[in-house]
Amino acid sequence: MKFLLALLFMATAAGAQERSMVLASTTSTQNSGLLDAILPIFKADTGIQVFVVAVGTGQAMRIAQNGDADAILVHHRPSEDAFVADGYGIDRVDVMFNDFVIIGPKSDPAGISDVKTAPQAFANISSSQARFISRGDNSGTHLRELQIWQEAGLMPDYDGYLEVGSGMGVALNLASGMGAYILADRGTWLSFQNRSDLVLLFEGGVEMINPYGYVRVNPVRFPHIKSAEALELGNWLVSDAGQQAIAGFRIGGVQLFCANALTAPDLPADQQGTCAADALQR
Amino acid sequence: MDILSAAWHLLIGMDADLMAIIALSLKVSGLAVLFALILGAPVGAALAIWSFPGRQVLIVIFNSLMALPPVVVGLSVYLLLSRSGPLGSWGILFTPKAMIIAQTALIFPIIVALTREAVKPVFREYRGLLISLNASPLLVLRTVLWDARFGVVTALLAGFGRAVAEVGAVLIVGGNIDGLTRVMTTTIALETSKGNLELAMALGIVLIVLALVMNALIYSISRIGLRFQEVRE
Repeated sequence: MKFLLALLFMATAAGAQERSMVLASTTSTQNSGLLDAILPIFKADTGIQVFVVAVGTGQAMRIAQNGDADAILVHHRPSEDAFVADGYGIDRVDVMFNDFVIIGPKSDPAGISDVKTAPQAFANISSSQARFISRGDNSGTHLRELQIWQEAGLMPDYDGYLEVGSGMGVALNLASGMGAYILADRGTWLSFQNRSDLVLLFEGGVEMINPYGYVRVNPVRFPHIKSAEALELGNWLVSDAGQQAIAGFRIGGVQLFCANALTAPDLPADQQGTCAADALQR
Repeated sequence: MDILSAAWHLLIGMDADLMAIIALSLKVSGLAVLFALILGAPVGAALAIWSFPGRQVLIVIFNSLMALPPVVVGLSVYLLLSRSGPLGSWGILFTPKAMIIAQTALIFPIIVALTREAVKPVFREYRGLLISLNASPLLVLRTVLWDARFGVVTALLAGFGRAVAEVGAVLIVGGNIDGLTRVMTTTIALETSKGNLELAMALGIVLIVLALVMNALIYSISRIGLRFQEVRE
C-alpha cells in the first residue's frame, strides 16, 4: 500500500513549483470566458497561477466551507454575507456586476417582450402556462429566479415549470430544445452557441442586477489556506489593472461585466458605465 | 459531416492544449487501471482459488459494486480527501492524484470480478497438480494469474474503458481545472454546456478513436504473446 502511494505521488509529481491558489467560482464567470481572459493578466503581474473550480454559487460555498478552496468569486449577496458572518470568509469585496436577462422562444407566447418589470414577465409566463426551465441547483441564478417569483407573489408550481438541476449551459440547451423561457446571466447567454430559436425577450430593472463578490477563506479557520495568494488576487481584482481587465472583456463587441469595486478606477470613457446604464434603464 | 470534419481537424491540428488534455486522460486512466490491477487481480484470483467463510458474500458485493455510479465514487473520494475529511491533510483534492484514486476505486471491482472469472477455469485445470506439489499460496496465486493472463488483459481493457469514459468522478474530485485536471470527458461536458455541440461531438469522436487505437494495440500485443506461447509449446 505504501509502495502504491509512493508510486502515485511519483507518477504525478508536479514539475517546477510555482505559486498557486484554488478559486471556487461560478460557471457564469468561467463559461463566459471572463476568467480565461483576466487570470493570465493576473499571472503575468504576480506570477500566481489561479486554478478555477467552476460550479454553482451554492456548491462553491460548500467547497470553501470545507476548506477546499482559498477564495470564492460568487454572485449571491445574502449567502456571501452569511459566509462571512459564520466565520468561513473574510474581507468580502465588490468586484463587478452584470445583469440577468429573460430568454425565450421568438414567438413569445407569454408576451413578455413589452412588460415593464421582471416579476410582471414571470407572472405572464405563469398565467400563460408557458414552459419555464429553472436551474434548480441552488446557484446564484436559481436563487435570484426564486426571488423574482416571490416578488411576483407566485409559487412556481404549474405544469410547464421544470426544475432541471443543472448548470446554466445545460439548462440553456434544454430551453433551446424545448422552446422554453429561462432566466440566464447575460454573459453565458452571449457566449452560448446553441440558441436555435431562442431570443433575448426581457432585460433591465433592479431585479435583474447581478453583483459579484470576492471573499477570501478565513485562514484562522483553515491554516493551510494560501492566504497571501488569495489576498493578492483580491487586491488585484479591485485594483485599476484588475478593474480595467474586467471592463475590457468583450464578446462580439459587447462588454459583459461592469467593474464596480469601491476603489473605482479611472476607466477610459468608452468603458465606463455602459452596462450600468443597460441594466438600470427602463 | 461538419462534425466529422471538425473531429478530423482536431485530430490533425492537435494544438498544445488538446494534447495536454488527451495526455492527462491517458495518464490518469492508465495509472488508475494499473493500480486497480495490482490491487484487484490478486483479490480476484484469491476469490477464485480459496474458499473461506464470507467468500460468496464478497463475490456478490464485488459484482454489485461494478454498477457503482461514478458520481457516487467521486463524492466518496471527495469526502475522504476534502480538507474537512479524514485524509484532508494530504492536500491532494483538485489534483490528478485525487482523480487517479477515484478511478482506481471505480474500476477495482471490475478487475476483481473479471479476474475471478478468468482464473476460475485455469485453477480447475491445475488444482490437483498444485495440491500434490504442496505449492505455497503465493506460488499458486502467481501461477494461475500468469496462466489466466489473457483473461486478465480483458479485465484491464474493461477497466480502462470504464475509467477513460467516465465523467462524474473526475469532475467532482478534479474540478475540471483548465491546465491541471481537465480531461477529455470533462472537456466534452464543458463544451456541451457552452452550447458548442459540434466541438463537443468532435472531441467525443477523438476519444473513441483513441480508445480504438489503445484496444487494437493491446489486442495485437496479446495475440503476439499467444502465438509465441503456441510456438514454444
